[in-house]
Amino acid sequence: MIRLKDVEMEYDNGTRAIQGVTLTIEDGEFVFLVGPSGSGKSTIIKLLTGEVEPCAGRIMINGFSVSNIRERQIPLMRRTLGVIFQDFRLIEKKTVYDNLAFVMRAVGAAPSEIKKRIPYVLELVDLAGKANSYPTELSGGEQQRVAIARALVNNPNTIIADEPTGNLDPDRSLELMSLLVKINELGTTVVVVTHEKDLVDRFGKRVITIDSGHVINDSVGGYVGGRIHG
Amino acid sequence: MGKHNFGYFFHEGISNMFSHGFMSFAAIGITVACLLIMGTFTLVAVNANELLVDLEKENEILAYVDDSYSETAAKALQSKLEDLDNVASVTYISKEQATENFAARYPEEELFQSLDPEIFRDRYAIKVADLERQSATVEQIENIPGIARVNAYEEIAGGFITIRNVATVVCVALIAILFVVSVFIISNTIKLTTFDRREEIAIMRMVGATNGFIRWPFVYEGFLFGVLGAAVAFFLQWGLYEAVSRGVANNDTLQLIHIIPFQQLWIPVAATFAGAGIVIGVGGSLSAIRKFLQV
Repeated sequence: MIRLKDVEMEYDNGTRAIQGVTLTIEDGEFVFLVGPSGSGKSTIIKLLTGEVEPCAGRIMINGFSVSNIRERQIPLMRRTLGVIFQDFRLIEKKTVYDNLAFVMRAVGAAPSEIKKRIPYVLELVDLAGKANSYPTELSGGEQQRVAIARALVNNPNTIIADEPTGNLDPDRSLELMSLLVKINELGTTVVVVTHEKDLVDRFGKRVITIDSGHVINDSVGGYVGGRIHG
Repeated sequence: MGKHNFGYFFHEGISNMFSHGFMSFAAIGITVACLLIMGTFTLVAVNANELLVDLEKENEILAYVDDSYSETAAKALQSKLEDLDNVASVTYISKEQATENFAARYPEEELFQSLDPEIFRDRYAIKVADLERQSATVEQIENIPGIARVNAYEEIAGGFITIRNVATVVCVALIAILFVVSVFIISNTIKLTTFDRREEIAIMRMVGATNGFIRWPFVYEGFLFGVLGAAVAFFLQWGLYEAVSRGVANNDTLQLIHIIPFQQLWIPVAATFAGAGIVIGVGGSLSAIRKFLQV
């Protein structure tokens, strides 16, 4: 479960990115986090992944209190999350298999576990035949599916996708979002940051709209909010 | 560290080293140079110290007894000399014994074979415990009533002490400077590697890798730099030492200096090089990776 209570975040340059945000995302939910550029979406992601600390308020993620977490607990908290980035962030000199294996090794998985888990996850994202390919040999959609597989491979409670369709054409975007919905149906909480109104409207899921650091709407159905600039 | 990670860390460390060939070569090269310079000065200091120990063993002070003293009176001085601090041994040499020794030293000189013992003095051959305090001991001997004159080769002793002290000071200073330089260069080399792999490190952190897991491959890389540098430096040091030893042995003047055979020194040299190399390599890598591990 993710819970933010009266969270404030101000950067060193004085920018007040988040102001009094309170929201709860229950286990197993699928949530779109939407809003224009500079609205504070990325800061919320950074707060959720422990990259930045809030100036005020409380953040609980999957049983960890991020607002006053000990440094050595941060890796443990991050193991409950799988993060997907707009630019995929795959390691080009490693094969698809090695891109996944290295994140499993990073959390101390045994080789036998790695061998068993990776084919299952690649099958899930429909990339079973691409294990030995390098990222540069794959299309954008395939690369993003590798990124999803990487986020899933350590079996996290929550997937956080930061503009996952930003570099994909509409068909691939739809495919990818359908895949995230499928993953959600298997029990994983999914938080998708996006500004693609059509996609959001199409899936009819919970939508939290952020603007100028505030939550301006939290409802099920479609995109609410005036400005959409990407 | 899980047991299944050991191979991975080692593989990553070696792989990093080869993927940055030139910088790795530079890091190993600088480690070799530093260890070689440190080793050379240390070995000079060790040999100077050994020479000093030899000199302490060999060096004799001759204290001549006043002509007016009878043999009994002369022998009575022995206990006074033995009571002096820093005196290791005192041997009485009578006029007759001195005459025989002199004749034996020049067997081809017929004239010296029939000298009158009365032209020699009774004397004491004295060995000191600490050569650095020889001057003070000579002064104390001279002040004993009945001792007419003292012969001591203080310049030679002083020369060796100076060489040893200079070599020790230079050695310590160079070791300190070169150690810092080596750590700095290795640290920068590994920083380039980490910069190249910052995306990988960021992903590892994002998926929950601990700092230890991220750090280990870089520690191995530094360890390998250190061990390889130490191995190369050891063999170069060996060759250099043997060449200098041969040069000294073949030189008419310098051959009097006894150089310790490398066979007696190789174990401490190898152990010191390995230890220093590993400390430099691992220290450099830990310093390089530090800023990438801040949460």
